[in-house]
Amino acid sequence: MESLEQLLAEHPFLEGLAPHHLKTLAACAQVRQFTAGQFLFREGEEAKEFFLIRSGQVAMEIYTSRRGPITIQTRQEGDVLGWVGLPPPYQWNFDARAMVIVRTIALNVDCLRRACEEDHELGYELLKRFTGCMARHFRSLKLQLLDIIHGV
Amino acid sequence: MASNSRQFAVGAEPMLPRVFRVEKRVKETADTFTLTMMPLAGDEDFAFAPGQFNMLTAFGVGEVPISISGDPAAPLPLVHTIRAVGAVTKALCGLRKGGQIGVRGPFGTSWPVSRAEGNDVIIVAGGLGLAPLRPAIYHVMNNRTAYGNVEVIYGARTPYDMLYQQELMIWRGRFDLRVRVTVDSATPEWRSNVGVVTNIIPRARFDPYHTTALVCGPGVMMRYVVQEFLKRGVKEENIFISMERAMKCGIGFCGHCQLGPHFICKDGPVYSYALIKDWFEKREV
Repeated sequence: MESLEQLLAEHPFLEGLAPHHLKTLAACAQVRQFTAGQFLFREGEEAKEFFLIRSGQVAMEIYTSRRGPITIQTRQEGDVLGWVGLPPPYQWNFDARAMVIVRTIALNVDCLRRACEEDHELGYELLKRFTGCMARHFRSLKLQLLDIIHGV
Repeated sequence: MASNSRQFAVGAEPMLPRVFRVEKRVKETADTFTLTMMPLAGDEDFAFAPGQFNMLTAFGVGEVPISISGDPAAPLPLVHTIRAVGAVTKALCGLRKGGQIGVRGPFGTSWPVSRAEGNDVIIVAGGLGLAPLRPAIYHVMNNRTAYGNVEVIYGARTPYDMLYQQELMIWRGRFDLRVRVTVDSATPEWRSNVGVVTNIIPRARFDPYHTTALVCGPGVMMRYVVQEFLKRGVKEENIFISMERAMKCGIGFCGHCQLGPHFICKDGPVYSYALIKDWFEKREV
């Protein structure tokens, strides 16, 4: 069986991370599986975990009273889910629902924050990766908004 | 200007429409219809290359350029998918079986399906952009062994805005073709991706050194898709886009569709990115 460190090292988000940093992260991590239809988290809940998706597909949903839940994006194998819960107010602002069986590595957010405070090198390394995720996310969001609002 | 792909020449009378009769009308989405038509005169002489367009006349209303969306191996009946957005397209979409349409063409350059042989082929369509690409997909599927990995990536605004839904399901069921679809928003019943097509390109399987990318959709979408392909190492000359412009004459005389030194109706609509990049999505033109 693969160790948590190995699983972490295999995820694209952590590709190339130093072994001692992987070891630190492994102490904050656990393998979690969700069945189809199960929520990874729901809007308004405290953001306790950050997810690296190993397989499956997750719908990010926003509930509207008129139309019910609307899927605004999906995340799949190799993606990260939940960086939005890392800064204050540590609260989810959307629902995340497993569309099929989803296998993840869940990183405890408190533990992750403490680890980054104690080891700024790790903190900076993760910050660079989060920034990359955010840039990609905003780039695609911009296109999505253009299409939805302006139909270009 | 050298064309970047094969063309079928128009007849001796490129300005004279031939009359076609509507045989079938299929509603694709709320505002988009596919018309299947045959020449009224029984004249069976019609051929086109994937990516070419016709000028369609709604008699008494006007003329518009519309890409051909049928199978180039079976050019008749002629198939056009049309979105009803203006007076002419609304009139065309309103025609029923037996209605008559004027057809001039085919015009323009085509998707480089012969040049792509031996390569992986990644086809990216946004919205109505699947219509001009469908002939290329038919060609590739009809000659499947000539190509490497083939993927179709299709994005639409919602699941209800997707063209050719039955056909997409059939393509998805094939073992030799990967079809990935995505929409901008959906209800929980939707089982596929939500997001933009650019998110999917990094997941597509292709060898960037031996890949031909065919892209058609809104200009902004094509711009970002091209960037994704370039990021993955596909050469500019192997990325092809279909340009949309106000084509009128179809033969490069009137200048309505001029874009810098290019007449889109004659030198395009299909261009390699290498050829059109200096003019593509330029605000000055």
